Amino acid sequence: MPDSRSLRRKVAIVGAAETDTVGHLPNHSTLQLHAESAFNALADCGLTLDDVDGIATAGVSPAQLTEYLGIMPRYVDGTSVGGCSFLIHVSHAVAAIAAGYADVVLVTHGESGRSRIGVGGGAGGASTIGGQFEAPFGVFGPPSMFSVPIVQYMQRYGLTEEQLAAVSVSTRQWASLNPRALMRDPITVEDVLNSRVIAWPLHLLNCCLVTDGGGALVLVSEERARDFPKPPVWVLGRGESVQHTNISQMWDYTEWTAAAKITGPEAFRMAGLDHSAIDHLMLYDAFSHTPIYALEALGFTSAGEAGPWFAEMRGAPGGALPVNTNGGGLSYTHTGMYGMFAIQEAVRQLRKEATGRQINDIETSLVHAPGGWFSATATLILGNQ
Amino acid sequence: MTTPQKPLPQATPETQEYWDGLQRGELRVQRCRACNRHYFYPRPFCPHPGCHSRDVEWTTASGKGKLHSYVIAHRAHPAFASPYVIAVVTLDEGPKMMTNILIEDPTPQTLPAGAPVEIVYETVNEKVTLPKFRLV
Repeated sequence: MPDSRSLRRKVAIVGAAETDTVGHLPNHSTLQLHAESAFNALADCGLTLDDVDGIATAGVSPAQLTEYLGIMPRYVDGTSVGGCSFLIHVSHAVAAIAAGYADVVLVTHGESGRSRIGVGGGAGGASTIGGQFEAPFGVFGPPSMFSVPIVQYMQRYGLTEEQLAAVSVSTRQWASLNPRALMRDPITVEDVLNSRVIAWPLHLLNCCLVTDGGGALVLVSEERARDFPKPPVWVLGRGESVQHTNISQMWDYTEWTAAAKITGPEAFRMAGLDHSAIDHLMLYDAFSHTPIYALEALGFTSAGEAGPWFAEMRGAPGGALPVNTNGGGLSYTHTGMYGMFAIQEAVRQLRKEATGRQINDIETSLVHAPGGWFSATATLILGNQ
Repeated sequence: MTTPQKPLPQATPETQEYWDGLQRGELRVQRCRACNRHYFYPRPFCPHPGCHSRDVEWTTASGKGKLHSYVIAHRAHPAFASPYVIAVVTLDEGPKMMTNILIEDPTPQTLPAGAPVEIVYETVNEKVTLPKFRLV
């Protein structure tokens, strides 16, 4: 039987970059954000679009992207399951490169989340499952869907609004160290609780930003990984799953089941590491509760302990296990499908490029993200050794 | 500017009986004959892991349940008067479903998780009745 452990450290990220700036980019279309990210990531490793023979993207179709870029790859991954799609693209690229389906895989993200330039689509139809069983009750976007489980979690574990607020405070402390972060002014628990209510128990400062931007990655095999200007960032472990699209159908409101049962265990097993070997966490923070669910589902705390963990500032600057060192979706940037930016920060930390907030002696980083509202789940463990 | 409209459901063949039932003032929920568990939303097989039987039947549920989780939406759908309560209730028969809790001036204090609730049939038009709930 094939075993994912045979793919540990077989593929590396050798190019990684974001758009020149992130935040408010009203002069960039969605596809332009993809392209700028792609050019920057390829420049980061000294390659060009003509070297790319594998493509992966979400939000736009891979065919739209290849038409726009003018390339014809021999490997394609259009997995589009929300913000964790790019983690899944990395996961798939590892297998594809190891299998010889492609030599150079380019993963791109671009989203005009704030300016809405070149954005298609619209709401789902009235006869979809969501159109019949959720939309009539006034759910409207992530703040009123992702948030629905929280009260049951509070009831079970005693999570407080103050602990939820502490996640935002901790993350803002990191953002204040990152010149590219959109929101850098320090905040307090009281500031969060005094910000206007969006969907109780969530206040405005419990919610991620809405921005424009993009990012891209270039992956190659172990054999080629040392031929590039910057040190390789190895993919050590991965896990992925999907469960629901409608929040009312989430299996358990008090735990992130897919992370606890599938993506975390698979990533750790493949990497051959235990929790004590993880130096850095990027836990996609669409809202304050998302990292709380992630931290305990992944086994870094026991059930119900992640709220107090954040309130004790253990993930903040100076804490034992740094979490979301770029400032996260809450304070750095959040285009809509933020997972790409979580990977980018892990790469920066592992390359020792995170000026002003660099973690000393870092060898590993775990990146974890949802798609939708706990709908899809993916975990990556990356390393620089 | 068009006035925002509340989204209304459109039935599909496997959900028609559910929506027809609501028009009659009945909460129709399916039950699996193999594992004897109810499930929601309607589909022609049991979605429970480890079962997935296609031997299922329609039943009429009690319309009683408990408040499982919710948000008090202050900034959400433009056609809804804020604040309003988007809730998930656990029916006494077992399944969970999304709904609104009908309550004046909702606050966390007046909406304890676990509180008993019962169905209110809210007729929208000749085709659509929505299952809303109120605290008992």
